[in-house]
Amino acid sequence: MTSIVPKEQSSERKKDLSIEEHEDFRLFGLIAFLIADGMTFAGFFAAYLTFKAVNPIGPDAIYELELALPTLNTVLLLVSSFTFHRAGKFLEKDEAKQCQKWLLITGALGVAFLISQMFEYFTLPFGLTDNLFASTFYALTGFHGLHVTLGSIMIMIIWWQTRIPSGRVNNENKFPFEAVELYWHFVDGIWVVLFIILYLL
Amino acid sequence: MTISLKPSNSPQEKLQPTGWLKYLSFSLDHKVIGLQYLVCGFLFYLIGGSLAGAIRVELISPLSDFMPREVYNQVLTLHGTIMIFLWIVPVVNGAFGNYLIPFYVGARDMAFPRLNAVAFWLIPPSGLMLITSYFINGAAQSGWTAYPPLSITTPAAGQIIWILSVLLLGGSSIFGGINFIATILKLRRPGLKLMQLPMYCWAMLGTSILVVLSTPVLAGTLILLSFDIVAHTGFFNPSLGGNVIVYQHLFWFYSHPAVYIMVLPAFGLVSEILPIHSRKPLFGYTTMVFSIMGIVVLGLVVWAHHMFTSGTPPWMRLFFTIATAFIAVPTGIKFFNWVATLWGGKISLNAAMLFSCGFIINFVLGGITGVALAQVPFDVHVHDTYFVVAHFHYIVYGGSVFVIFSSIYHWFPKFTGKMLNENLGRFHFIITFIGFNLCFAPQHWLGLNGMPRRVAEYDPQFQLINQISSVGALLMALSTLPFLWNILQSILYGNEAGDNPWNALTPEWLTSSPPPVENWEGEAPLVLEPYGYGEKNSKNTQESMK
Ligand code: HEM
Ligand SMILES: [Cu+2]
Repeated sequence: MTSIVPKEQSSERKKDLSIEEHEDFRLFGLIAFLIADGMTFAGFFAAYLTFKAVNPIGPDAIYELELALPTLNTVLLLVSSFTFHRAGKFLEKDEAKQCQKWLLITGALGVAFLISQMFEYFTLPFGLTDNLFASTFYALTGFHGLHVTLGSIMIMIIWWQTRIPSGRVNNENKFPFEAVELYWHFVDGIWVVLFIILYLL
Repeated sequence: MTISLKPSNSPQEKLQPTGWLKYLSFSLDHKVIGLQYLVCGFLFYLIGGSLAGAIRVELISPLSDFMPREVYNQVLTLHGTIMIFLWIVPVVNGAFGNYLIPFYVGARDMAFPRLNAVAFWLIPPSGLMLITSYFINGAAQSGWTAYPPLSITTPAAGQIIWILSVLLLGGSSIFGGINFIATILKLRRPGLKLMQLPMYCWAMLGTSILVVLSTPVLAGTLILLSFDIVAHTGFFNPSLGGNVIVYQHLFWFYSHPAVYIMVLPAFGLVSEILPIHSRKPLFGYTTMVFSIMGIVVLGLVVWAHHMFTSGTPPWMRLFFTIATAFIAVPTGIKFFNWVATLWGGKISLNAAMLFSCGFIINFVLGGITGVALAQVPFDVHVHDTYFVVAHFHYIVYGGSVFVIFSSIYHWFPKFTGKMLNENLGRFHFIITFIGFNLCFAPQHWLGLNGMPRRVAEYDPQFQLINQISSVGALLMALSTLPFLWNILQSILYGNEAGDNPWNALTPEWLTSSPPPVENWEGEAPLVLEPYGYGEKNSKNTQESMK
């Protein structure tokens, strides 16, 4: 029986996994998920850029795309990434009240982004089915908006969990918090790429 | 602290339903989920196979009116979709992956047991939804590729249901892929290095990387396609300024890797089966690992070889031809390693081994026609003819399905604790092998001589060959009977298998058959040389001599 390392002294199954290793594999799963999600966006971006290359009459060529609101949106999201980070710092220091405050601000910024995007949609002179580029425009921003919506909801859940005494999110169990934070940074990053490709290029 | 490992570590939770009822319930045990995948996939295979039979009946005579043209297209579409998304992909990945990977990494379960169960339970409803679409307003009829503008202009209901169910199945396979990546990379038993893992782990790691990178692109594409159908956007609708070629690029960015999602796990399974039944170590472990990763990388950059006739510019054709030809290198390495593993071994020609050898033969033939197809002038000649049909059935049937049968013969004793009847198994193999080659080999000739695919009517000169092909299909259908009979007999009256009937060294055999809920009583064994058969200095020599 040499291929099998004999049972260690302790007959307990204590060696199954330590909590750190546990967090570790959850993070791994999350990263794999974000890569998958990123590939969806990559597909959309590739489609948009090819459409543009094949048939370069986009809305930006027919209409002037207003930059004010999208720039504001970029700022909102970048700031919210920062505020989320602050909240995390306070969670580490076990300062629940401060952490909740910053989380709330982050969530509010997310919602502000969505409202501002609504406004942008209302002011745009083209609709979903007007032409190919209008369609791609709405598909991309809409899909990203869906991510922001989900992210904002998750932030609110985290916020609620840090508030209630029986909540599952605290300094001992940070993973849900970190997971949402990573997701949020990811959604911000996608927005920056989207902003450059859609509005600036 | 280990408390938070609840899902995989609390036996109460897993033990809830007992007996065979547990297979019909939301179990979190990776072994139960694996068998759920297997049986569910097999049921869909029977449906998909009946549809193939219907196609072959229609093709017996050049002008037969066994079914209306529209129905023929629906049947063809359902057949392709079911075989790919509900049979091969879930079984080679979900079924065997779930069953074996936790054993191979020395874990008690997958990394995310709940996600795992969700991934499985997405499959039966989406499959049923796909099939019921046939009875509600007619199923999709644009083939499993759903190329626009055909998919936009044919009746919407069936196509939308098709898109929805493929999206759900894609989601299921992404969840599975994430789970496998986390399990293989992070749940390994302490002391076990990556380069000591059984080869199937590597195959599943490579496959999961492909799944995670390419399936989301298909999902995005299908969402856009559904907008085109429902909201009348014009992404892929030329009459609204859209571009069908973009659809093809995005679609094949998934669907070329999809063939590796179907065959890489099969490669892994064969690499487990051959050493055991020839009592020799797997030849060239390191080269096998690198060739898998090479296939993963190259697999992602060759998609446009499906589009040589779509007006791709010459530089693109050149690039994709060369990239495709390069895949033959890692694939060839694997082939020679398998042959070298067999070479001089103490081969026992049981059913598992026969099916694996059948796989090697069929796969070489399919691979050769694949390299031929990558050459632009040749592809232009046979594109969308039966040559292509023959080629990919050699890969998916002669490759993956043969390996699935081989794996069932090999692991059935582990699954159930009962042995299968070897003679019936060999009989099953012979009928399948003859039927398969009779069915698909002549189709090369059909294609070379210009019979187009996806047609219900054809030039009378092709009739004889089509009839031969249909006879082959009939044989394949019949071959399922001895197989099912064997399974039934074995479950009812089979001989007890014992824990390790093949004297194998891989970890799943080092526990009872069927294994306990927690995979091992006590600590998981640390297997450092899963292929240490018969070598002089091997640490495992005594073990394998027993
Ligand atoms: C049971 C034995 C099988 C038989 C007799 C069979 C037969 C056929 C036939 C006659 C066609 C029509 C070809 C055409 O008109 O273009 C076809 C298409 C196809 N088959 Fe099979 N097949 C079998 C198994 C499989 C398996 C296991 C797969 C697994 C992936 C598969 C995947 C496909 C696909 C993807 C298509 C193309 C459908 C399309 O063009 O939309 N088949 N098959
Ligand atoms: Cu391909």
